[in-house]
Amino acid sequence: MSENILEVSHLKKYFPIKGGFFGGVTGQVKAVDDVSFTIKKGTTMGLVGESGCGKSTTGRTILRLLEKTDGEILFNGEDISAKDKKELRALRTKMQIIFQDPYSSLSPRLPVGEIIGEAVKEHGIVKPEEYQDYITSVMKDCGLQPYHKDRYPHEFSGGQRQRICIARALALNPEFVVCDEPVSALDVSIQAQIINLLWDLQEKRGLTYLFISHDLSVVEHISDTIGVMYLGSMVETGKANDVFAEPLHPYTKALFSAIPMPDPDYKKERIILEGDIPSPANPPKGCKFHTRCKYCTQRCKEEAPRSIDVGGGHTVCCHLHDK
Amino acid sequence: MAKNGNYISAKESREISRKNRKITSEIEKKRNRRHIPESEYVTKMRDENNCVEFDNVQTYFFTDIGTVKAVDGVSFDVPLGKTVGIVGESGCGKSVTSLSLMQLVQRPSGQTIGGEIRFNTGEKAINVAAAPADVMRSLRGNQMAMIFQEPMTSLNPVFRIGAQVDEVIALHNPAMSKEDVKARTMDMLSMVGIANKEGVYSMYPHELSGGMRQRIMIAMALSCDPRLIIADEPTTALDVTIQAQILDLLRNLKERIGSSIMLITHDLGVVAEMADYVVVMYAGRVVEQGSASEIFHDPRHPYTIGLMNSKPVVGKHVKRLYSIPGNVPNPVDMPDYCYFRDRCEMCVRECDGEYPGIFEVSPTHKVSCYRRG
Repeated sequence: MSENILEVSHLKKYFPIKGGFFGGVTGQVKAVDDVSFTIKKGTTMGLVGESGCGKSTTGRTILRLLEKTDGEILFNGEDISAKDKKELRALRTKMQIIFQDPYSSLSPRLPVGEIIGEAVKEHGIVKPEEYQDYITSVMKDCGLQPYHKDRYPHEFSGGQRQRICIARALALNPEFVVCDEPVSALDVSIQAQIINLLWDLQEKRGLTYLFISHDLSVVEHISDTIGVMYLGSMVETGKANDVFAEPLHPYTKALFSAIPMPDPDYKKERIILEGDIPSPANPPKGCKFHTRCKYCTQRCKEEAPRSIDVGGGHTVCCHLHDK
Repeated sequence: MAKNGNYISAKESREISRKNRKITSEIEKKRNRRHIPESEYVTKMRDENNCVEFDNVQTYFFTDIGTVKAVDGVSFDVPLGKTVGIVGESGCGKSVTSLSLMQLVQRPSGQTIGGEIRFNTGEKAINVAAAPADVMRSLRGNQMAMIFQEPMTSLNPVFRIGAQVDEVIALHNPAMSKEDVKARTMDMLSMVGIANKEGVYSMYPHELSGGMRQRIMIAMALSCDPRLIIADEPTTALDVTIQAQILDLLRNLKERIGSSIMLITHDLGVVAEMADYVVVMYAGRVVEQGSASEIFHDPRHPYTIGLMNSKPVVGKHVKRLYSIPGNVPNPVDMPDYCYFRDRCEMCVRECDGEYPGIFEVSPTHKVSCYRRG
């Protein structure tokens, strides 16, 4: 359990802004700017933050669906960016992704069995004679019936489609799955089914998840460790219990206090952040959060804070805790 | 009809659509008469302190695969100056309920065929379900306004923000001069907390973030001081921190102008925070209604209980999340017993009978279940 399956250090992903008369590069959107974290085997790391903070880009860069600008990604101790096409192809079976929108991520022209089995055939996961049984067993694991195999995606509800997406990812027997907002498009009761399914599969197959979501209550339930991102940077990481019990960064505090509680008598002090998230093409100098932070000092405007370990693997990027 | 899911033969489908056309054209003919006498749509409120009374409203969609009873016998009240939250999963009819009130249901296939929706304008009560188009036009915007879910698609991308808000005000106050209209727009923009109002006035929607666009939508809805604001999932498309800003804004504005709010959402947290009364809908019917504390502290209907248990709550750890088994019944082929029976884990013998009536737990708390809590 103590083994790290993924180590990300100083990951950067910049997107060029093209413009000007000759279509040259006029600037850069710093979508992911110096992010480091590790995930232990068999655990779940939750990645939270507002839209546009770079959580999905981080997930996709780890899978090499996007090429990183700088930094290092070690998967099982191997640097994935050094791999050539052939090696990468072999690696694809070990790392999979589940997308947010189950409506647009399934091909409408293929029957479900084919969607799930396409990659299995391609990578030769099982012998041809065992293929049908294998697909059936994967579908069963994900709560789908064998007779669903010949149906098309439009015949399924949102929750069922998300099960198909999960089955497709798991058919390759991966070790690591990036879940990019897998339950955001679903209703509460369906959400619970999918979260339970992800839990069961983790227990059964010893999977490791990187769970990207903006819904904090879902992340708290599923994650062992948690990372909070703001404008491309990781502002706080730690064990989920620690971070939720005692958030240290002013942004994390504000984010957690904004969660509406399903109890009409619950009164809490709400920290309401003023204004919107600044543009990642032109982030503020110093601490990126200083434009919306109420504890902002002169130092925050000039100097970018470093990551400070406050004990137990709980790190925070804030001058308030840098004594 | 509709034996195997939603699949029916072309012949059956033609048969159904012929019947539908007959029904809908009759309703349309009645609605499009030249002079509809006032006696047909002016009624009396049951209670003068209510802003809206839904009384056994039935809104059906006549589709080619059968009749979808999107709203089937819904009754609840929206008291003056209070917030009523309507919760339920997608497809349970909460949006159609609000669209019926605005008479914005897609016609001719969608029709409010039964019941009364009484709207209190202060001077008289109007039955919206039977009101002619010109009366509706005077109500929409002036008396009731709607905030939609997607601020991205509800604003016109080719007009400046100022022009869009001006248009609303000028249309409803034809006597106002151009300068007055602009001054009113500026007031509205500052009321919804936009700091740079001169700048925003001449911006296009794409230049604004989601939260700002939702503020513009709220400014437009409030610009004629409506008595009722219908907020259809106003924060679903927004981040939590922006959601907190918008909810805070709505709460403050409600106190300032004293309107009633009908808040439609699937987020129980948002309802708990905003609503005085809660209505829980399932498959086109109200299964439970009551004050917010009654619903959240003493839920009686198994669906309400299931909904609460399936939502993960920060700071409350469970080994597994509860999930309601099964699926919502097919909307074109509803069973004749309780719609929730097949998914319910607390069934009793009476559940085999017809759809349960309404039982009063307290004067405000009503539940439609044989167990009676």
